[in-house]
Amino acid sequence: MDYFLSEEQQMIVDVARQITDEMIVPQRAELDETEDYPRDILTAIAKADLYGLYIPEEYGGLGGGCFEIVLALEQFARGCTGVATAFAASALGAYPILISGSEELKQKYMPLIASGEKLAAFALTEANAGSDASGIQTTAVLDGDEWVLNGTKQWITNAGEAQIYTVIAITDKSKGPRGATMFVVEDTDPGFSYGVKEKKLGIRCSSTRELIFKDCRIPKDRVIGRIGMGFITVMKTLDQSRPGIAILGVGLGQGALDEAVVYAKQRVQFGKPIISFQAVQHILADMAIQIEAGRALVYSAAKHIDAHKNDMSKASSICKVFATDMAMKVTTDAVQVLAGYGYMREYPVEKMMRDAKILQIYEGTNQIQRNVIGQELNKEYTRS
Amino acid sequence: MKIIVCVKQVPDAKDVRLDPKTNTLSREGVQAIMNPYDRHALEEAVRLKEQYGGTVTVVSMGPPQAEEMLREAVSCGADEAVLVSDRAFAGADTWATTYTLSQAIKKIDDFDLILCGKQAIDGDTAQVGPGLAERLDIPFVAYVRKINDCTANTIRAERLMDDGYDLLEVPLPALFTVVKEINEPRIPSLKGKMKAKKIDITKMTAADIEADPEQLGLKGSTTQVVRVFSPELKGDRAMLTGTPDEQVAQLYEKLSPLL
Repeated sequence: MDYFLSEEQQMIVDVARQITDEMIVPQRAELDETEDYPRDILTAIAKADLYGLYIPEEYGGLGGGCFEIVLALEQFARGCTGVATAFAASALGAYPILISGSEELKQKYMPLIASGEKLAAFALTEANAGSDASGIQTTAVLDGDEWVLNGTKQWITNAGEAQIYTVIAITDKSKGPRGATMFVVEDTDPGFSYGVKEKKLGIRCSSTRELIFKDCRIPKDRVIGRIGMGFITVMKTLDQSRPGIAILGVGLGQGALDEAVVYAKQRVQFGKPIISFQAVQHILADMAIQIEAGRALVYSAAKHIDAHKNDMSKASSICKVFATDMAMKVTTDAVQVLAGYGYMREYPVEKMMRDAKILQIYEGTNQIQRNVIGQELNKEYTRS
Repeated sequence: MKIIVCVKQVPDAKDVRLDPKTNTLSREGVQAIMNPYDRHALEEAVRLKEQYGGTVTVVSMGPPQAEEMLREAVSCGADEAVLVSDRAFAGADTWATTYTLSQAIKKIDDFDLILCGKQAIDGDTAQVGPGLAERLDIPFVAYVRKINDCTANTIRAERLMDDGYDLLEVPLPALFTVVKEINEPRIPSLKGKMKAKKIDITKMTAADIEADPEQLGLKGSTTQVVRVFSPELKGDRAMLTGTPDEQVAQLYEKLSPLL
């Protein structure tokens, strides 16, 4: 379907597509096997200017928004959701600075992130704080001109690869949700280290590790926004970033459909290509319907978010749930179409199915997204 | 450092066909691409610019459609693009082409280095690079696999040979043709694409380059193509059977009279 992209948006798609077809697709199986971080691909993405898509021009970016990064992510995820996650994680890490950071922090960090010279990462989750973000135990205490951080963050994407970390920590336990603050931590800060690289079901080439803070001392001016506003920044960040996860579902689903259709045209059983059987055609048709519906929804949500900064939550959660549940179904169906071959690692669809599962879990489980949507509905209908 | 890169639009090698009636390549319905070796030349020029500063100008002799390829070159890092195009150039062989390109480059005048691909994948002659250097009367190195370093007056490069490589130092200006081992061409950047869309491509006609009409196109070409054909695949086949030892014995028996 034609989504009437502007000339500039079409260029983003073309550049991202070329990187996907020429670099990501040929390497994805090996990256899945070795679990190596895709540095050369991310360097090519940086050289192609795509790290700056959503960053304002005054900070070295291209001045686009949620929709522009969505267009690039869709292509990358069609090739490999692991690579796409590694790329997207830098944006997730950058949003807190962009949304709540001081002018000084933006000037200092955003140009480096926009050029891809440095990668960012976002650190919220802890062992006892998953869906319940209020359970975080990492603390930050002001000591003279420095903040001293203690605690451990868990399952942090890009950990060990990024140089710039946006980290939430408790600064005043007595204040409850208003007692958390976000900070910028740099990889070279004293007292900051990483845990072992986690072994995952899918998105294996992306790096997932712990961040360990042991009397980690950072300068006072690394606070993002005001003290005590950490959770608000986190919520706004996730509202902004979730369409990026949603579109991974669309790209991944499209990649799975492409494989399934090509296979169904080639595979001959009972003397005919299996695509000639209605049982197979209907599976493929349902995949195509779901993917196109997902794409239309995510594009619309991304445009809504770019236009309505104070009303992002519901649109953001709706598109995340729909497109990622869709990706799980569509990739499972792709394995079904390829059947025995699809179950083998020789073909890419089993990896796609493994990769899909995380989309329903990270950046807020799909159950939490439904909570958000439910709460927003409750608010809306109370107002009217 | 001012670098000129000569690029040619060629039919995509994936679907090259010969027209048996006209003895020429059938270009109908075949996608035109930048000659792959020229892509490596362009990449090397852009890397030299990034390292030493300067400008990269791409030059192509070709039909108006070649403008698309020149824009692609700009998206990959070229600063300026020149299209040398005129009906009078049609039918040029490598002799007439080097004359035409040399006239155009004399108009551009200011350059330190010219880079070309080692050959084009359609004609496969590998003559335009050396021919152009001869016409411009500058040093020439073929099959460059690495450019080591350069100063204001000299450049050092490795020339790929069958049994290794030669390390050469050459005074500038010079002309190199490059092999694909020299680098991995980049994917166009977004800013490059935006620039490519807007850039004014300089167009040069036969009159602009002050060319002698007698030396242009078919008239100026000394090559005559008598016939072009796809070679017939010949050769007898024999399948050996039996155990591996028996097959080796049979093979030895067949080969020994030839040794």
